Amino acid sequence: MSLLGDRQQLAYIAAQAADARVNVELETEGMTLNIGPQHPATHGTLRIIARLDGEQVLWADPSCGYMHRGYEKLTEVRSYPQVTALVNRIDWLGSFANEVPFILAAEKLMGVEAPSRAQHIRTILFELSRIANVTLFLGDLGVQLGAVTPVFFAFRDREYVLNLIEGATGGRFHPNFDRIGGLKDDLPAGFIDETRNVMKKLRGFCDQIEDLLFGNEIFQSRTRGIGVIPKDVALQYGMSGANLRASGVDWDLRRDQKLPLAYDKVDFKVITHPDGDSFARCWVRLQEVRESTRIVDQLLETIPAGPIMAKVPKIIKVPEGEAWVSTENPLGEMGYYVVSQGDMGPFRVKIRSASFNNISITPWLLKGVYVPDIITILASLYFILGDIDR
Amino acid sequence: MAKVPGLVKGLGVTFGTMMKTFKEGSNTVQYPHVKETPPLRARGVIALHEGNCTSCMLCVRSCPDWCIYIEGHKEMAPPRRAGGAARKVNKLDRFDIDYALCMYCGICVDVCPFDALFWSPEYEYSEPRIADLLHDKTKLGEWMETVPEAPELEVGADKKGKK
Amino acid sequence: MNLATLLSADLPYWAQSLLRVLGGLVAVLLPAGTVVYLFLFKMMSFMQSRLGPMEAGPQGSMQLFAEVGKWLQKEDIYPARADKFIFKLAPLIVLASTFLLVVVVPFGPDALFTNFEAGVFYALAVSSVSVLGILIAGWASANKYSLLGGLRAAGQLIAYELPMVLAVVGVVIQAGTMNLQQIVLAQNADSMFGFSGLGNPYVITQFVGFIVFMIAVQAELTQTPFDMPIAESELVSGYMTEYSGFRFLIFFIGEFATAGVFSMIASVLFLGGWAVPFSWFGWTTIDSIDNWMNIVGPLILFTKMIVIVFFIMWVRFSFPRFREDQLQKFAWKVLIPVSLANIMVTAILKVAF
Repeated sequence: MSLLGDRQQLAYIAAQAADARVNVELETEGMTLNIGPQHPATHGTLRIIARLDGEQVLWADPSCGYMHRGYEKLTEVRSYPQVTALVNRIDWLGSFANEVPFILAAEKLMGVEAPSRAQHIRTILFELSRIANVTLFLGDLGVQLGAVTPVFFAFRDREYVLNLIEGATGGRFHPNFDRIGGLKDDLPAGFIDETRNVMKKLRGFCDQIEDLLFGNEIFQSRTRGIGVIPKDVALQYGMSGANLRASGVDWDLRRDQKLPLAYDKVDFKVITHPDGDSFARCWVRLQEVRESTRIVDQLLETIPAGPIMAKVPKIIKVPEGEAWVSTENPLGEMGYYVVSQGDMGPFRVKIRSASFNNISITPWLLKGVYVPDIITILASLYFILGDIDR
Repeated sequence: MAKVPGLVKGLGVTFGTMMKTFKEGSNTVQYPHVKETPPLRARGVIALHEGNCTSCMLCVRSCPDWCIYIEGHKEMAPPRRAGGAARKVNKLDRFDIDYALCMYCGICVDVCPFDALFWSPEYEYSEPRIADLLHDKTKLGEWMETVPEAPELEVGADKKGKK
Repeated sequence: MNLATLLSADLPYWAQSLLRVLGGLVAVLLPAGTVVYLFLFKMMSFMQSRLGPMEAGPQGSMQLFAEVGKWLQKEDIYPARADKFIFKLAPLIVLASTFLLVVVVPFGPDALFTNFEAGVFYALAVSSVSVLGILIAGWASANKYSLLGGLRAAGQLIAYELPMVLAVVGVVIQAGTMNLQQIVLAQNADSMFGFSGLGNPYVITQFVGFIVFMIAVQAELTQTPFDMPIAESELVSGYMTEYSGFRFLIFFIGEFATAGVFSMIASVLFLGGWAVPFSWFGWTTIDSIDNWMNIVGPLILFTKMIVIVFFIMWVRFSFPRFREDQLQKFAWKVLIPVSLANIMVTAILKVAF
């Protein structure tokens, strides 16, 4: 364990010793605080059991499962198109991104590949849902730290992105647009120009949030040095996505793996930050929104003409086999392990969702911090309850 | 230029937005008085073209949360041409969609082989009682008026594709 | 007719008391209502590029009455394990401190509730009473979040009462009196460096004191960035968690009425209060002031109050919140030394000139 980790552990041990001593002298005892399952900072129904000494956390334990909807079991009794509709609801802020790895896994099993126009549009929608997701994070971050205004800016500008997604797919939150072998429909006319405008607006939004929140000295004093995750600990706990990149690990599945998506046709930077604290995590996400708008802009230039569906039978039966596909989703690495036995639906699906692994670090991370820092750390780790509990 | 403290910049952002709202109006609309038009593809409510439905039950089977209820029976219809044989047709007795259960995935519209189901962008059909969200076939038929034409496709699209 | 004679022995005691009570209600509730509508409903919405309430009355101006009606209809519930008597008492204590505070504010040459010699001292003392209410609300709610909120409020009181007192001491030294009415007169009758066109509002000479005072007021009112006792994203509204209906309404009125009254005190101490610079009309003493100032004076004070509340609310809607320990550090390591230095400089200059 690195130096910072040691310091955090030492603080924890010292706090426990102090607690024991004070308990003997003053006959005081700590307080167990249930943060959640219904608490404004938990984005849903995450419960964190925190043992407090005053305002200092002695230990904290996340308890999830309050929103468990049994998707892995449900997929066993659903056909492939139905599963696509279901997995929309896992990370409900970036729903389209949930469909893509599942569809890619099924396509891998069937040995089909979507036409390049479909791949392009998939990638565009993938990035749009990333923008919609992280935009809301940037606003919500303000609310968690007590600033009321950023969240309204976030909702305002996310609306433009949602309008785009709705215009193209018909579904505002749950597009259900991806099909095995391609896409349900082509883009409606005017989508490209509209998207260019919206991307410009979103870059303006990023500047606004940077002025309003990230440059603010109070915000910095609340987030800098809070909840530091060193590189090795982040890797040990299986963190992924922006949380990992904020710890200085240069790892991005969009760049690092070869998938039938259009990422190899665009030029983009992978943002990393060496600090690993809450500020770094938020900052990396802000920069990633900027980068995503650039990716979308580049992809809009180069959409190839052609069909959007490969030749697949009307009633889909996936041949026997097993496939694992994971993509770089807004929250981190999201993957599906699909086992097929040749039926209309999968035999078994294992869903690896990013948030579940990302919050597994909280017991380690929350030791010795103050109660307000719990909220800062949870906000900066950025989980979505549907993504934890599935 | 000297660096402006972040606190002052933040105040500037909120003040700027306030002046912008004063001058150019807000980003919101006053909903019951002003309505935004949803895009043509928006999945608002499902409309039923009853004449096309053969009660083949494909939509019922493919619905992920089983919110479509169909009952039908076979009937003898008069022949199409004079002197032809009488035909057997499927008569639809009941076609209900329970919008309290529907999750607007659109699979039923997709699988329908006879183009009997359509999406309409209409969205104002909330009810004070949850049971009233069960739309029967007359109500679903009324939505047919609101179904728009499919939008034009973006350049480079394969025109011969689906309607 | 002179208001002072109206409020003196000419009227029977009951009529006088009634007038004072009515005046007090107007002086507390009118600013509170204005602040809520103008800033909480409208300014906040405009800053977030939306319109705010629009349906109740023209531009939603009757919204507050609708809200009050809603709160009054709600059931008065309290937690099963709450200390019921204290639980019910707490909002009243908070509101009472606001009423106690407005007593010393001068609204005009004769329009005042009481001409209290140690007015500044009194105002600073009773303003802390509200924190007692908050503390017992937090304790009596039998809720851990409320308890944390109440204790944070207590910690904040200790940290912020001191800079506030020390910031005001500068004004007291410069004016040479603790009577708020005399402070108003001193600011408007005086001149700055021989130029009497603006009087001598202490916001210029006591600028450091003004800033420290406003920061302390922000903390005293538990507005962002110092709203740790409420902290809806951490403590789920802190000490207010368990309150609903009418009792929540009282907390709500108390919060914004106190914002209004504190802004009045700030404008009395630093902006010249109800008066205009005396040189404009050739007044010299309080007796030579025209009687119409008793009507115009409150309006001038009200305007100044709105300006100050605007800054309080502007900061509130723009900034995130501090952490409790950062606030303590800020108070003890920055504000108190600064205000002590301010007192020293003021005293030296006072003696020198």
